[in-house]
Amino acid sequence: MKGTVLGDAGLHMAAQDNVVTAIDDLDAGTGIPYDDRTVELAEAIPFGHKVALVPLEPGDAVVKYGEMIGEAVEPIAPGEWVHTHNCESRRGRGDRTADREVA
Amino acid sequence: MATFDGYPRESGPAGVRNYVAVIPISVTASPVAEAVADRTAANVSATPHQMGTDPPEAAREQVERTLSGVACNPNVGAALVVSLGTETVDADAVANAAAAAGRDVETLSVRETGGTAAAVDEGTELARDLHAEITDRRREECDASELVFGVECGGSDATSGIAANPAVGAACDRLIRDGGTATFSETPEFIGAEHVLAERCVDEAVRERLLERVNHREATAELMDVDLRGAQPSPGNQEGGLTTIEEKSLGAISKGGTTPVRGIVDYAERLPVGGGLVLMDTPGYDIESVVGKVAGGAQVVAFTTGRGSTTGNPLAPVIKVTGNPKTADRLAANMDVDASGVIDGEPIDSVGERIYRTLLDVASGERTAAERRQLEEFAVNELQPNELAELRGDA
Repeated sequence: MKGTVLGDAGLHMAAQDNVVTAIDDLDAGTGIPYDDRTVELAEAIPFGHKVALVPLEPGDAVVKYGEMIGEAVEPIAPGEWVHTHNCESRRGRGDRTADREVA
Repeated sequence: MATFDGYPRESGPAGVRNYVAVIPISVTASPVAEAVADRTAANVSATPHQMGTDPPEAAREQVERTLSGVACNPNVGAALVVSLGTETVDADAVANAAAAAGRDVETLSVRETGGTAAAVDEGTELARDLHAEITDRRREECDASELVFGVECGGSDATSGIAANPAVGAACDRLIRDGGTATFSETPEFIGAEHVLAERCVDEAVRERLLERVNHREATAELMDVDLRGAQPSPGNQEGGLTTIEEKSLGAISKGGTTPVRGIVDYAERLPVGGGLVLMDTPGYDIESVVGKVAGGAQVVAFTTGRGSTTGNPLAPVIKVTGNPKTADRLAANMDVDASGVIDGEPIDSVGERIYRTLLDVASGERTAAERRQLEEFAVNELQPNELAELRGDA
């Protein structure tokens, strides 16, 4: 598999990624070793879903596969679930174009 | 040298199956085509679809191109083209394309035959005769470079980009090393990963064409003032852990492997043989996308799925690959290759080698899970009103 498995729990696909992918259904409190510290899961994370490794502010790039996959739209603390509630695409956004035209 | 046992054709590469294809020209001819296929032999296969009798010009051209391509697929030994008799899609053009490729071909008009029942009877006779013509063909050893391998993903989740897609990509790399062609499609699922593909294009012309196609698909969403997020990633993809189209695309493109992008063709356009990695510009609906590649000449398809997909194709064997351990377990009977070991540390390359071996075995006659269950989904991409307006120059 491409990437590094951290603590048997999260797959870190590229060195510059700021999220890991859960490789099992993970319980809240599970520790993921990262960069000489342990990121503790704030909530249960289902298999295949992502966890933040570092603090993210709205507008920050979310990076997986070494590439930007979207931007944070809420403050996200290390150990929190990263998904559609706090991370959005920057692409194919006709709704944003419409907003600009109205404004 | 990698080889498979295929059916040599008068022109073009060898087939991996030897079908009589019963091809309806429109939705009205589809039930007749299905009844004919049901009444004859197992390797008489129908391609029923939903296209109307009198589509707008650009749509008609696309239907004709798709059905002609299907009739010329190397897996088709002979073809029966069935029409109602009032269609503007030209049944003779489809039949002539098959004949020009050296295939035995017959046409049948429901109107001229005197109605549905008479057409089914007459069509059954014609299909039996065509079947008799091709049934004594024998497999011969063929070079793997004759293979055009279509790769597809559907029901994706986070495991698709981590396990199944890169493993299928490793199989594509092997086939291309051995001189063959691999192709993947679904342009909306290049969005957010097009810069990675663009860097791998062999020249500026291919790069420009690729970026133009991706921009076009993205602009379609923007023109309609819609947010792509409602459809991409789909609700199912999201439940499987995929958050954005960029994330889905970055995982999706790995199924094509790591070799240079040598070209990009239109929906159902003929794919080169011995052509390396070539993309096809198709919509994201997987059944239509698979059909586009089969019309382009793909003899075998690999279809990766995370959440589970069971679909096949009437004329090309579809190899199902999953990287999700739960799907590998629950849908074991519908899967051909379990790539979920990647999550536990099995090297991607070793799964890629297994998939390549499976490709050569299936090309030599081994039946896939979808073939054993007669799962034979077929649909032609229908151009949407905004696409038609654009092709007419109104937009």
